[in-house]
Amino acid sequence: MTVLLEARNIGKRFGGVQALKDVSLTIRHNEIYGLIGPNGAGKTTFFNVLTGLYPRDAGEVLFAGAPLELGSPHKVAQAGIARTFQNIRLFGNMTALENVMVGRHVRTQAGVFGAILRTAAQREEEAAIRRRAEELLHYVGIAHRAGDLARHLSYGDQRRLEIARALATEPQLLALDEPAAGMNATETAALRELIEGLRADGLTVLLIEHDVKLVMGLCDRVAVLDYGEKIAEDSPAAVRADPKVIEAYLGTSAH
Amino acid sequence: MKRKTIGFILVALALLALPLALTQVGTAWVRIANLAILFVFLSLGLNIVVGMAGLLDLGYIAFYAVGAYVWALLASPHFGLHLPFWVILPVGALCACIAGAVLGAPTLRLRGDYLAIVTLGFGEIVRIFMNNLSSPFNITNGPKGITRIDGLSLGGLDFRATDTFLGIDFTGPAKYYYVLLLLLLGVIIVNLRLQKSRIGRAWVAIREDEVAAKAAGINTRNVKLLAFAMGASFGGIAGGMFAAMQGFVSPESFILHESIMVLAMVVLGGMGNVWGVIAGALLLSFVPEFLRYTVEPAQKALFGHLLVEPEVLRMLIFGAALVLTMRFRPAGLWPEARHRREMKEEA
Repeated sequence: MTVLLEARNIGKRFGGVQALKDVSLTIRHNEIYGLIGPNGAGKTTFFNVLTGLYPRDAGEVLFAGAPLELGSPHKVAQAGIARTFQNIRLFGNMTALENVMVGRHVRTQAGVFGAILRTAAQREEEAAIRRRAEELLHYVGIAHRAGDLARHLSYGDQRRLEIARALATEPQLLALDEPAAGMNATETAALRELIEGLRADGLTVLLIEHDVKLVMGLCDRVAVLDYGEKIAEDSPAAVRADPKVIEAYLGTSAH
Repeated sequence: MKRKTIGFILVALALLALPLALTQVGTAWVRIANLAILFVFLSLGLNIVVGMAGLLDLGYIAFYAVGAYVWALLASPHFGLHLPFWVILPVGALCACIAGAVLGAPTLRLRGDYLAIVTLGFGEIVRIFMNNLSSPFNITNGPKGITRIDGLSLGGLDFRATDTFLGIDFTGPAKYYYVLLLLLLGVIIVNLRLQKSRIGRAWVAIREDEVAAKAAGINTRNVKLLAFAMGASFGGIAGGMFAAMQGFVSPESFILHESIMVLAMVVLGGMGNVWGVIAGALLLSFVPEFLRYTVEPAQKALFGHLLVEPEVLRMLIFGAALVLTMRFRPAGLWPEARHRREMKEEA
């Protein structure tokens, strides 16, 4: 399997706290890669550095063979990495459909003058954006809520909508930050099905998750962060057996 | 659908007949109507910045000032220039647009109250510039302002004089009214079209959640600058028309109070909704004028003499009306509604 993303020696410091230290990991094409660790281990920080929301202090990222310009989120999105947020961040006063349409922004180009003059090219592009957004809503299973404001959607549907918006940017790598947080068992099962479907459709998935069962069942490989350092990277079974991981993440009392 | 068309035609006819009817009451009312249209125009420009992109701008009147001064300088004896309107108006819009970008660039990282303070400062800086750019080179003629500004003239049609057409007298203000109405139609179309476009969605996305907008691939820097520049251009065009209509500009016309009035029109009407903003602007333009003419006679009729200074009472009633509106309709008179209805219309 070819490597899709390679992070090398990523470092990030907040004041006196070393949030990430020398984190290197490789994500292969079309795999589901899990990133786990205790609270405060630096998982979300890694996400934020990777997607350009935080400037990094050290290290570099190669994506699809080319260096990724970290520091400008829209360029990361353009390069083909899309993400969701731990605490859902939707455009609350826009409809579900519009939320997904915003995701098409980076793959389309109509400007102000096109919009004002309603040129043929602009109308065509607009129709294509709408069509694609409808398809994606259908894909994640919330087509029936297309016209509702995002903030009126149920929690599970909001999670799905966020994934649909991320998919609209045509990513190669989809980074999900605790997508199952706050979900009940049924919703988690449905989410799992959705993620497996994404992989079957050729996507690579990077997953931060607290739900150990979900991670172990879903991921091909798992990396474990503890106090900003990677302490393991292997198959779920091997990681589960790693004494360092047991100590750091599951605690010493685990059997 | 058919009913909608009939309604549209009726509204259009009423708008076309309005200045003729107002002329019968008094030409002053036509002027008031013209200023009201100008303020609707301004509000719709500001709506792009505040309503759509959510960037709180307290210095919007600065762009109006830039447009007005561009017209004043390029079409008055002050520099001896008398350029035609089709040169001045685009130049005015362009200068305002550049001013918008100049304001936008350093404030990209600011949000909410902080942005409001910087824009407020910007508005004041522009006014103070206009006030002081009279030495060593006399550019703006300082607080005295620029007088004898050329009016609009279109293919030999002088907008200062009265023309008789088909037996009806069209006064100068009435003619301006039609030009302003046409410009207003343009800005309404621009607003409506932008609202349902890739850029308009990006603006609203930034307003709703800037971090999420970035992550969704929006270049927030460029898109915000675009909002500032677009909004400012409309301010510039309105300013040009203002100078042409008044024939006189001075820094006094561009005080903070004006910025706040335009912002109040946008907020009171319903941020982001074009029709709400129009309603807000019309209301805030007409109510004070209406009170100006009714407060005094009403007091005399009720008490036989003046109890309260009319000007004081007028602003008191006006202020109370604003407070009450925001108390009972906090989202504005006619808030932005993104509902199923909209989806159905397009399906």
